[in-house]
Amino acid sequence: MSKTIVIDGKVIPFEDGQTIIQAATAAGVYIPHLCHNPKFTPHGSCKLCTVKVNGRNCSACTFPAAKGQTITNITKELNDDREKITQMLFVEGNHFCPSCEKTGNCNLQAVAYHLGMTDNHFPHFFENREVDASHPDVMIDHNRCIFCTLCVRASQQEDGKNVFAISGRGIEKRLVVNSPSGLLKDSDLDVNDCAAHICPTGAILIKRTGYKVPIGQRIFDHAHIDTVALAAEGASHDE
Amino acid sequence: MTNKKVKVATVSLAGCFGCHMSFLDLDERLVELVEHVQFDRSPLTDIEHCSTDCDIGLIEGGVCNSENVHVLREFRKNCKTLVAVGACAINGGLPAMRNHINLEDCLNEAYRDGIGVENAQIPSDVELPLLLDKVHPIHEVVKIDYFLPGCPPSANVFWKFLTDLLAGREPSLPYELVHFD
Repeated sequence: MSKTIVIDGKVIPFEDGQTIIQAATAAGVYIPHLCHNPKFTPHGSCKLCTVKVNGRNCSACTFPAAKGQTITNITKELNDDREKITQMLFVEGNHFCPSCEKTGNCNLQAVAYHLGMTDNHFPHFFENREVDASHPDVMIDHNRCIFCTLCVRASQQEDGKNVFAISGRGIEKRLVVNSPSGLLKDSDLDVNDCAAHICPTGAILIKRTGYKVPIGQRIFDHAHIDTVALAAEGASHDE
Repeated sequence: MTNKKVKVATVSLAGCFGCHMSFLDLDERLVELVEHVQFDRSPLTDIEHCSTDCDIGLIEGGVCNSENVHVLREFRKNCKTLVAVGACAINGGLPAMRNHINLEDCLNEAYRDGIGVENAQIPSDVELPLLLDKVHPIHEVVKIDYFLPGCPPSANVFWKFLTDLLAGREPSLPYELVHFD
């Protein structure tokens, strides 16, 4: 008998060293998340994957699965918290979906759809953030960055480079580019790098590709993020 | 319940009337709707002020000037249920993209320094409402009861929402009808 945990009443096997989200994904159980990607070291920052483990809140992407864990995942309380977190991400940045190339393919938007979020609830920051369009093939729109660090991790762990970093703390934190000028054009980012394609929002975009797929025919126009994520990440876990 | 018609008021604040156009896309369903609904203050009726007993207020657009604030408060005061319709009402939308630009710079670019501007002057007629420093979503000004996302929300969104409300159900939109774009 293999080791098991219980998520929302379902018995799920796990192997030593697996996190809760890894075990869940392998068993076809979706835990909402934004900063987690099975290819990279967990970051545990977005807190969307917070589940209750034996009554205590834990990030499923960093917390190791262990025998005797009884976990709740899809509950009104946890999903309400997730909705509030997502709303905070929306008001902290400038997320104007109708004018964003990423709309319909955006994980932030899709998580909001999944949680039934229809408004942003909080007052908007409307903060002034820059756009870096200096690179010939890739652009950064800082208005849409949610500081998930997926580009940071992808650049280091997949591309063998070190193009991105998060600078500053708390409300002052910003995505920065490792180049003498601070501009993307002076970094060693290549359009084929994983880091250029990993952004879950519309913060890092490949130029001249934005409208190749028309709005209405995009990933989340018809498919829920739980199905999409399990299909993509379940396969990745199996590698 | 009596057969008294439900009073609906609508307005476009800092919007483009796209949401109203989308509402009119109800097409032949409008005929069925007016069996149950009477339009109060609305661009569709030209009634200037809300009756004091409106049931539903549909607000398109965010708040960009002093008049928007007064109108929005009038709607809140007179409508039992107030609904934010479309992206601009919900998060300021396209007009809010001026929020990171200084208001004076905005006005100068549009009316004084812009290419092809003749008789350059900043409009200052007393009839014109004063612009707010920033464009705001309507929930930052008054309590909003429901939100219909979309740019614009499709006619099916209006139909689902209004038929739910008229039937006394808690309105809910299926996944296919929820879009932020």
